[in-house]
Amino acid sequence: MANFTLTINGEQHQVDVDPQMPLLWVIRDFVGLTGTKFGCGIAQCGACTVHLDGNATRSCVLPVSAVADKQITTIEGLSTEKSHPLQKAWIEHQVPQCGYCQSGQLMSAAALLKQKPKPTDADIDTAMQGNICRCGTYVRIRKAIHSAANLMSDATPTNKTGKP
Amino acid sequence: MTEQTIDRRKFLKLTGFSGAALTLGFYFPAQGKAKLAEAPLYNFYADIPSGVELNAFIIIEKTGRITLINPRPDMGQGSFQAVPSLLAEELEVNLDQVNIVQSDGNKKFGSQLSGGSSSVRTSWLPLRKAGAAAREMLVRAAANRWKVAEADCYANQGKVFEKKSGKSLGYGELVEEASKLEAPKDPKLKLPKDYKLLGKALPRQDIPAKVDGKTIFGLDVKLPGMLYASIERSPVIHGKVLKVDDTKAKQVKGVKQVLLSERPMPHKTTHGVAVIADSYYAALQGRKALTITWDNSEFDKISTEAYFTNLRELAKTEGVLFKEKGKVEDGLNAAVKKLEAQYETPFMAHAPMEPENAVASVKGDTCEIWAPVQAPDWAVDQVAKYLNIKPENVKIHVTFLGGGFGRKAYYDYLLEAVNLSKQIQAPVKLLWTREDDTAQGPFRPGMLSAMRGGLDKEGKVVAFEHKAVGASIQQQVFKAPMAGKADEWVMECIGPEESPYAFASAKYSYVLAETEIPIVWWRSVYCSTSAFGQECFVDELAHAAGKDPMDFRLAMFANAPRFKNVLQLLAEKTDYKTKLPAGKARGIAIVKSFGSICAHAVTVTKQNGKLTIEKVVSVIDCGQHVNPDNVKAQTEGNIVMGLTAAIKDGITFENGQAKQSNFNTYRVLRIHEMPAVDIHIVQNTEEPGGVGEPGLPPIAPALANAVFNLTGKRIRKLPFNLDEV
Repeated sequence: MANFTLTINGEQHQVDVDPQMPLLWVIRDFVGLTGTKFGCGIAQCGACTVHLDGNATRSCVLPVSAVADKQITTIEGLSTEKSHPLQKAWIEHQVPQCGYCQSGQLMSAAALLKQKPKPTDADIDTAMQGNICRCGTYVRIRKAIHSAANLMSDATPTNKTGKP
Repeated sequence: MTEQTIDRRKFLKLTGFSGAALTLGFYFPAQGKAKLAEAPLYNFYADIPSGVELNAFIIIEKTGRITLINPRPDMGQGSFQAVPSLLAEELEVNLDQVNIVQSDGNKKFGSQLSGGSSSVRTSWLPLRKAGAAAREMLVRAAANRWKVAEADCYANQGKVFEKKSGKSLGYGELVEEASKLEAPKDPKLKLPKDYKLLGKALPRQDIPAKVDGKTIFGLDVKLPGMLYASIERSPVIHGKVLKVDDTKAKQVKGVKQVLLSERPMPHKTTHGVAVIADSYYAALQGRKALTITWDNSEFDKISTEAYFTNLRELAKTEGVLFKEKGKVEDGLNAAVKKLEAQYETPFMAHAPMEPENAVASVKGDTCEIWAPVQAPDWAVDQVAKYLNIKPENVKIHVTFLGGGFGRKAYYDYLLEAVNLSKQIQAPVKLLWTREDDTAQGPFRPGMLSAMRGGLDKEGKVVAFEHKAVGASIQQQVFKAPMAGKADEWVMECIGPEESPYAFASAKYSYVLAETEIPIVWWRSVYCSTSAFGQECFVDELAHAAGKDPMDFRLAMFANAPRFKNVLQLLAEKTDYKTKLPAGKARGIAIVKSFGSICAHAVTVTKQNGKLTIEKVVSVIDCGQHVNPDNVKAQTEGNIVMGLTAAIKDGITFENGQAKQSNFNTYRVLRIHEMPAVDIHIVQNTEEPGGVGEPGLPPIAPALANAVFNLTGKRIRKLPFNLDEV
């Protein structure tokens, strides 16, 4: 056991856990944020995706000892009031079915849009193929990512063409 | 579901928390329900009081707050919206005006199974009547208050209005008087043209909480004093625990106990070793540190290869007749061209994204459970029977399900958790790992379709035979005697009614095979296996007759107008008559299952020697339906799950052990492999059909038929590898 100070969604949390414990179980069982899901335990499904300093990371295989100095963002910290363009697009396109994998899908997509604000289908394939959805929402995920990208670029002042 | 019965003597029910909530002949909410208004989804599995009334689907409080009960657990298929919509449509409320609460297994809610694509089909009339009866009582109460005729009043948006003056009263202001009125036995249902919710693509109420991590799944439940459990079961299925060395496991910090666990399956009870700890991670670490000696002697011969070898032998035997039209042997004797082929489909794991889990708390002769289950009413019965306690002493809180596909209607994981809680006398959360889920079953049974057919000189089908060979879920799970019986579940979508081709003669039969491998329903059940042989062999006959597979089918659907219509629409939407460029080909299949007809056209393409699935065009005739967008979503999901089953991995057993363990060896379709989809829904006023499954059965045969059209290679065994065609 060891003490760690984790910065999750901008807040500091003290935990006393086995240094080898994957971040996933620390977030879920010790910090109490349950939006991040367990799906496979071997970084194959993406349900446990969180951001580490902005990068999409599989928390189910990452020992807590490796993240103490990083900024961790979970689905609960993606936005306030579901205001992230991806969350809006996810609702608009009615993406989730069971919803279990969607926290991970959204976190992967958010990291993608940060790097590539206008992703191509090939970019989406690359960034999202680590996230499994057994309900089969892939078509809608793709549409929603494009839609969110458009929302974000519309919100950029340089793209506004209308007169004041 | 039983018809709505309303006992007017029991109408007036005051709740404890506000002294103001009434039920319209149904029941009243318990204390603490007030929280629901703030965050209904957190409390989706919130308490529902038991033992008050029957058929308790609508609760209206004096404050005006309305709660509708959804009796069908939501595993992604959209029952959380679809089923309450039936109540809300007739009650004249919007779903965003109401709380929706999941039923708790109490018998008063009738059947609570999410399965067999049955939620909307079986609730369509009873729940609309329940809503309409409530509406009529509220209208009557208002008319009495205003001393006007009922006909001069109408209900809208949770209020009753007087037509002339436009004055109104909210349902909350009327509910007390309404509850004293006699419930109409035969309330007037709305006409489809007046529907405000049904048939409309309205947003699902469960979705917002699924984009910010707020939805509570079974995995997310935490109770005070709760411990965590992980169970090591024999890697050889059904192997027995001989000796356990738990010295190292007990040295893991956080591990509290190591116990023998029990896994009651319908056909067999097996044992494992459970590690109980104060965190899930500690339980897992403890489990890894166990040294267990198993006695696998009875089971290490279990092999799927041996199972299929046996099926091929059994296929040579005469099956038990299901249905026959004319004499197939005479048809075959007269045929100028005869065909014979066998098709095989593998065992499959369900692999819901949320692995099996349950929180159980057994105290004396009571048991409380929080878990993702597809049928809370069955779960209550099974737990009561297992613990030998009264069903009313079992309380189940159904969470949202992170996928189910049939797996979560099989209660081994629930009973394991119950058993552990009883042993340790504390609440315990049991969570299966992905490896447990993949390798331990239950599975879709492996099946074989033995097909024979004959054509006359004009290329007409004079004989068609489908002999289904494989294990019976009815026999293994429900102990139904199968000797001399053609399992009607196996035959579900291949008989003359569900597959109404105008064959001159046809015969459908079943040969039972035994297996100790645990089996259960898997999305679309046997239709996901038998449709492959059925629809590929129809294609084989079309090619043998030198006819286009679309024209060949259409000609045989002359007396099956809905099938014909679906295919004609598919031809139109795919621009079927236009020839595809070189390197591309299309395949089609059509299957009726669970009350709906679905046809797919799959386009495959070969570039640089690599075969890919480019596009799927679908037409579904599911009759009247609640939410067309959700019909599309379910069909998209069926395409993905059916393609996964066709081109990824089956479950194979060797020396008693599953060879697949996680998503690296039991692979599933990923986003970069997803074809474009284009789904069309037939608009008609037919009886509602199922939606959660009918899109699955035709996808594998449509794909295999496309592969044949492109490459000339006939796929007769699933799964197959696109790279190896």
